[in-house]
Amino acid sequence: MTIAADPALAAGARSERRFFLALSLPALVIVGLAAILPILWIIRQSFLTTGGEYTVGNYEKVLSSGLTWSALITTVELSLGTLAFCILLGTPLALALASVRPRVANLLMAFVMLPLWTSILVRTYGWLVLLRRDGLINAALTGSGLTAEPLPLVYNFTGTLIGMVHYMLPLFLLPVYAAMRDIDANLVRASASMGATLGQVIRTVILPLSAGGIFSGSMIVFIYTIGFFITPAVLGGGKVNPLSIRIERTLSTFQDWGSASVLGILLLVLMALVGAMFLVARRLVARNKVGAAHA
Amino acid sequence: MLEAYPDNRLARILLWGFSALAMAFLMLPTLVVVPLSFSASDLLEFPPRAYSLRWYENFFGSATWMAGLRTSLILGTLTAMVAVPLGLLACISMNRLGGKTASAIQGVLLAPSIVPGILLAIGLFFVLAAQGLVGTLFGVLVGHVVLAIPVVCIVLLPAVARFDWNQVQAARSLGADWARAIGGIIVPQLQISLLSATLMAFLTSLDESVISIFVASGRNSTLPKLMFLSLRDQIDPTIAAISTLWTAIVVIVVLIVTLRQKS
Repeated sequence: MTIAADPALAAGARSERRFFLALSLPALVIVGLAAILPILWIIRQSFLTTGGEYTVGNYEKVLSSGLTWSALITTVELSLGTLAFCILLGTPLALALASVRPRVANLLMAFVMLPLWTSILVRTYGWLVLLRRDGLINAALTGSGLTAEPLPLVYNFTGTLIGMVHYMLPLFLLPVYAAMRDIDANLVRASASMGATLGQVIRTVILPLSAGGIFSGSMIVFIYTIGFFITPAVLGGGKVNPLSIRIERTLSTFQDWGSASVLGILLLVLMALVGAMFLVARRLVARNKVGAAHA
Repeated sequence: MLEAYPDNRLARILLWGFSALAMAFLMLPTLVVVPLSFSASDLLEFPPRAYSLRWYENFFGSATWMAGLRTSLILGTLTAMVAVPLGLLACISMNRLGGKTASAIQGVLLAPSIVPGILLAIGLFFVLAAQGLVGTLFGVLVGHVVLAIPVVCIVLLPAVARFDWNQVQAARSLGADWARAIGGIIVPQLQISLLSATLMAFLTSLDESVISIFVASGRNSTLPKLMFLSLRDQIDPTIAAISTLWTAIVVIVVLIVTLRQKS
């Protein structure tokens, strides 16, 4: 490799590398200014009084307030509830999609993706129309005599959960569907020919082989739902107050930038914790698999 | 996959019935809005007793809604105009550098897409407040550009990876400068991907609501911000009209993108 040793060429390669590095610079600068700097600013602001002096008072105030802890609990409840329904609804749907001919599956996927491409405000409005006291669903329920009184379906936890599941289901479905589509259909055929029932095949072949997809989908659901704002703000009707809503209220009603920042940091910490938990879980599962293979 | 079980009718019916319900659940809120938008009534009756275009007239006749629409369209266009060139340059850079450097750059550029919108929004609000820029179009624009860059990169990275770099080497050795090489060789060949990226960046901005809610104000309020405020106060059927138009536009844009990618 005498060519690489040529100092002139090596210098040329170095300057070319610098040039390519510089091409990323504008994008990096704007992400730095409009995403990273703001997060750092939240950290700084959390240690400032309204007068601009350093303090830990904001932390004492926020962490000693019962409202903070109930917001934290609501956040986790909403995320876990959304996750549970996504798994319950999304896994069979993914299995059905993976079982049909590709042409039909693609068409059905387009319908699944439609909500993903619809504005969250449009969807929230749709749910309001459906779930209100005099909304479509209550009209159908009371009209058919299933319930005597309209059910309280919106402006509460139920309504918020419905809206969030609706938002997250397509995002959960994508990795699960991808994982199931990649399963070798011959495995299912082999199991069937050996006398396995459908239940056994689902339990011992399909679900274990799509566990990776379900895992990724769950992580996506958690990471997204922790910071959800629009859905609880509209469908919660002021009665559902996760961290995101508390942040907004602290900022716009009480003008308390310091406390709002502390709540923001809580949100970040929660996200980091959940992310770390998922990564550790994945590593443990991977190790068990390796262990099982060696045993 | 389940064709090995053609006789298990109960399981199939359960699976399919269940999936049909899940599909209905996914489609219903988007579809229910369409007939309501053509209702003649102030009430949200379903099905509407009489049809009219009054909510569309209401939307197009309202100075506030029109200002919101104008702001959103301007913002979407500017976002695409800034995010696509920045994203393209970054994708070329990542493709050429490779290895750990490229992964690090990608990590930074994609990070905003997993940070909760509410955190970006209040952080941006603080930073802009310190500069006296809250409520300006510029403030919302930088927020939207940061959210559009990951989308642009996801579309353009594979396209750049498919590009045959020898063509640029050849052009360079024949004396073309970098601007000429990028503008004259890379851009024309990535045309279709660049169009997709542009539309996606535009949609990302059009759809974004949380940053707008916190950072935009007054004349610079975007359509999603106005919709959010209106949804919080009362249920105005005008929103059904906006929603229907909106969904129609998005479906058309997504169709264009998918069809062009296929061809």
